[in-house]
Amino acid sequence: MQDESNHVVGVQTNRAATNVREVNLRIDLSGDADQTSREMIMESVDLQVHYGDFLAVRDVNLAIHRNEITALIGPSGCGKSTILRCFNRMNDLIPSARVGGKIFYRGIDLYGPDANAGEVRRRIGMVFQKPNPFPKSIYDNVAFGPRVNGKPSKSETDDLVEGSLRRAALWEEVKDRLKQSAFSLSGGQQQRLCIARALAVDPDVLLMDEPCSALDPIATARIEDLMHEIKAQYPIVIVTHNMQQAARVSDRTAFFNTEVGANVTRPTGVLVEYDQTRKIFSTPADERTEQYISGRMG
Amino acid sequence: MSVAFAFESLRDTTSRGRKIRDRVFLGGLWAATLVALLTLIVLVVTTYVDARGKLNFDLLRNFPSPFPQDAGIQSALFGSLWVVLTSGVLSLFFAVGSAIYLEEFSNSSNRLQRLITLNIQTLAGVPSIVYGVLGLAFVVRGPIGWGFTVGSASVVLTMMVLPMMIVASREALKAVPPSLREGAYALGATKWQTISRQVLPAATGGIATGSILGVSRALGESAPLILLGALAYVSSNPTGFDSDYTVLPLLIFKYATEAQEEFRAVGAAAIIVLLVLLVVLNMLAIIIRDKTRKSW
Repeated sequence: MQDESNHVVGVQTNRAATNVREVNLRIDLSGDADQTSREMIMESVDLQVHYGDFLAVRDVNLAIHRNEITALIGPSGCGKSTILRCFNRMNDLIPSARVGGKIFYRGIDLYGPDANAGEVRRRIGMVFQKPNPFPKSIYDNVAFGPRVNGKPSKSETDDLVEGSLRRAALWEEVKDRLKQSAFSLSGGQQQRLCIARALAVDPDVLLMDEPCSALDPIATARIEDLMHEIKAQYPIVIVTHNMQQAARVSDRTAFFNTEVGANVTRPTGVLVEYDQTRKIFSTPADERTEQYISGRMG
Repeated sequence: MSVAFAFESLRDTTSRGRKIRDRVFLGGLWAATLVALLTLIVLVVTTYVDARGKLNFDLLRNFPSPFPQDAGIQSALFGSLWVVLTSGVLSLFFAVGSAIYLEEFSNSSNRLQRLITLNIQTLAGVPSIVYGVLGLAFVVRGPIGWGFTVGSASVVLTMMVLPMMIVASREALKAVPPSLREGAYALGATKWQTISRQVLPAATGGIATGSILGVSRALGESAPLILLGALAYVSSNPTGFDSDYTVLPLLIFKYATEAQEEFRAVGAAAIIVLLVLLVVLNMLAIIIRDKTRKSW
């Protein structure tokens, strides 16, 4: 009964912002007893993103916890990727994008005066939809991050490259051909290389934007296993179109939906429901979530 | 098992008229290619036949002379190399710099940027003689006053090929996929680190190709250099930017307009040398393009 009211966030168009905040806070305190050990590491408050005049997504209140995988799901155009790209300020690269509301990372406002975009991105790594290795060798791909963030010595770099490739479960496959082009790898290997590259700068959080959508089922399974292995070290936020994947890998799930505003032609995304994954997939509080999960929408 | 449509046959039902039109069209394409190719072959072969008696090392060793039996091209060959290499280095530097600014730093919806882009495109189409006049007024005389020297010619040729090279460099930068930049930024790289370590290396092939084609154009250019003092018999190689100079295209022109018939052979031989240089440059462009070709 408590769940029903608490886990619905930002649904109605006219709900007052203060009210949403309050609901959000209650979410963080609610739930199972083991959550007390789960430190919150990122939090968005009334986050909204405009592209020019178009409101892409609004009123997103999310909390990202340590040791957890958080999945963002929803139909196309609901703003999942947009939200993800706010979490490490990648939206800064789109000139027309404007971010409203706040995102806190360990209590620091990501868009505030104390945050530098480069430092934000180093702490909050990202893996993209399509594997995007640099047109360089496997070694140089992994070494790029440490090199732009300092001047590691040759042996330090060697250690970092090996450690990162091991954590990304790629070391055994590539250890004899580190000097070869990253393009000589298969798609799944390239994506694990991109994960290794992100881990090489030792981030605090890992954002993944549909990391498996360009991969075959076997490669997908390897990435999912990998996510389980590293989530204790790196909390993960993953955007996925694949509901089964969200159910398999994530601890918490946020369901986004689109709604058409009064006088706009493109739909704005809203966060419908955010809860533990098993609740979202078994007893969702919102009717739209239930419809989406059961395949009647989206 | 009834089929919804009546099965007739797999025989060709194309009308005769359409087949003929296909053939005529293909024939037209062949003819167009052939005309272009034949013109080139005839030009090269007749020039070679004219030049045959003069194509030897004496041609490269001798300096231009009013006597056909002594006439060579050494000072013009070195003049061309001096001018083309200097303007190549200068224009590469400025072209890559402006292209990086326009593609990576300035906002494409910015009024000023659109104005600059429009201007560059217009400048790329300005007749080269206009650059010659400009150079004569501002570089040879006027505020800079360098006289008829290698330096003046290099600066003017740089101005002439710069618009084309900026356009080529911008295209090369544009062809670098955004995912590469995103990958670098996502690792905490600064804008300059992203550009210098990822974007520029990935664009090297395109920039090099465009630059070599620009240099080729400078090598064959004659009109602006007429006004910049290259139309003269120069009997010594350039030793610096303040030296007198002449270039191959203008020496060819001079030899072609001499009264004695023997000069035609020297001129033709100079043409062959110029063509060889151009082919070498173009091949270099192709090799660089193929070597740095990336698959994303």
